Amino acid sequence: MLNQEFKVPAKLKTTSMVLLGIGVITLIAGVIALLLSKEQLSQNRFWAVLLQNSIFFLLISLASVFILSAVTLAQGAWIVSFRRIPEAIGSVVWVFALIVGIILLTLVWTDNFHIYAWLKDGYNPHNSLNALKNFFLSKSFFTFWTILILVLWSWFGIKIRQLSVRQDTETKGSTKTYWQNFNISAGFIFVFALSLASTIPWLWIMSLDSHWFSTMFSWYTFASSFVSGMSMIMLWVLYIKRHHYLEVVSTEHIHDLGKFMFAFSIFWTYLWFSQFMLIWYANIPEETVYFQIRMHGPYRIFYWLNIILNFVCPILILMPRPNKRNYFVVTLVAIIILVGHWIDFYQMVMPATVQEHWKLGWFEIGIVCGFVGLVMYLVSNKLTKAPLVPQNNPLFKETIIHIS
Amino acid sequence: MSIKKFAVAVFDDEAVLFPAVKKVRSAGYKIHDVYTPFAVHGLDEALGEKESDLHIAGFIYGITGTSTALGFMGWIFTTDWPQNFGGKPMFPLPAFIPITFELTVLFAAVGMVLTFCYLNQIMPGVKKHIFHPRQTDDKFVMVIEVNDTNASETEMFLKSTGAEETNIQVAESDWWYGRFDKKEDYEIQQQLA
Repeated sequence: MLNQEFKVPAKLKTTSMVLLGIGVITLIAGVIALLLSKEQLSQNRFWAVLLQNSIFFLLISLASVFILSAVTLAQGAWIVSFRRIPEAIGSVVWVFALIVGIILLTLVWTDNFHIYAWLKDGYNPHNSLNALKNFFLSKSFFTFWTILILVLWSWFGIKIRQLSVRQDTETKGSTKTYWQNFNISAGFIFVFALSLASTIPWLWIMSLDSHWFSTMFSWYTFASSFVSGMSMIMLWVLYIKRHHYLEVVSTEHIHDLGKFMFAFSIFWTYLWFSQFMLIWYANIPEETVYFQIRMHGPYRIFYWLNIILNFVCPILILMPRPNKRNYFVVTLVAIIILVGHWIDFYQMVMPATVQEHWKLGWFEIGIVCGFVGLVMYLVSNKLTKAPLVPQNNPLFKETIIHIS
Repeated sequence: MSIKKFAVAVFDDEAVLFPAVKKVRSAGYKIHDVYTPFAVHGLDEALGEKESDLHIAGFIYGITGTSTALGFMGWIFTTDWPQNFGGKPMFPLPAFIPITFELTVLFAAVGMVLTFCYLNQIMPGVKKHIFHPRQTDDKFVMVIEVNDTNASETEMFLKSTGAEETNIQVAESDWWYGRFDKKEDYEIQQQLA
């Protein structure tokens, strides 16, 4: 018999509560020490850290919905054995969406032009796309698009899990819900293509450097969030398997997840480099200013860490086949990737908001702890709500005999 | 180049083939090869095949490609025929990366294909003995190398494992270059004579 009832281990519960507590205390301390201080820089730091972390954790949770939709559409069986985990992560997207929504709308509706420079009155982007860009970076469009996309993401995340759970109580052999889920997944891919894969990173992150633009930027952000999302799924699967659940997940499934981490690390590098090389080669001042501060300025440590943690480490460690099947090695690389892409998001946001005065102090670490605790708490709670293995899925047998 | 004697068993279904492979191996016979019309998952494990080292060869080819590209371009643009483009450094690494990447992929791909062909004894224009005309269509063929003393006994055993057809064939075990029919007929006739 499969061990279907997940009980949250006491240690996980305490850890998540402690981390969440640290996050809340840091946030309160941050409001007092940074937001209410007279220094503009401290206020910027407060908002920038919240912006970076909330978007990062929203996007890596959203990656779970994306991989579920993509594999469901491809009718891949390998994910079925552990699909409750990405489902659980996906169905709590709404919490992060809420947090991101509150932060972004507060920034925009209080006209915080120290973060989003385009909010300033009479701001002129000085480029040939004037009319279009002015429309795109306007308060009304920003609000409308942000709310619409956040609601859609949350809805799809919840819906995909709901359908999958409903399948458990269906009569055996019925494929009605399966095909319903198939259609919903197709819908999500469409929304995803119009949001995270194109407009949303431009709107939320790239507009911090409002003079600078790169069409690669959204793809690069997507790759970053997707590879860290896969790493997060990997960590959850291994953690839960360690506690004697998920018996049907074998080394073959772990190997497949490892391949995703490996391949999409290279994909991220490809996009990052494509963006970098064209700017480096063309050498136009209005474009190179973005890399000036990152490569040669005070952020050069993050610039190099970015390449080492997100490209060199995964490619060299995960290349041999036995390493992708070794639970310790993949755990290590998953943590490296998560840290690396957090740094990637850090260097996207910080140079535009706090300029050269970056700090990795109590506030940054506390907020990260808070978000990690939130993920741990929400996802583990969600996992207790439904059986851990979707036995009624038509692909259930195929997932057990799956060989990577 | 060596002519050998083989006991050949033809199976109709992979569900019969798998237990047969297990039985044959546990009875101590050494399987020469199994031919299937499609890739059968798990068959290489059942046959006790070791994991291929092809990917290590691929890594070496890839590294060769990387160093060829970087070394060659570096030598040309710094030593052999120095030219400056757009005020960039004489060794502009980012500009070399796309070509380096392409050559890495090219070397790895071509090298691995050739190595794969060599390991599997397939090449354009190269021939191998075919044990059953339907082995690439819908039949699963297991081949065991035998000698004169145990040939009939092996054939009997294969029959008992559920093979729908068994026979003894004398054939060339390696690959050869040239015409398929004449050479083989000639060699086999010589062997039988």
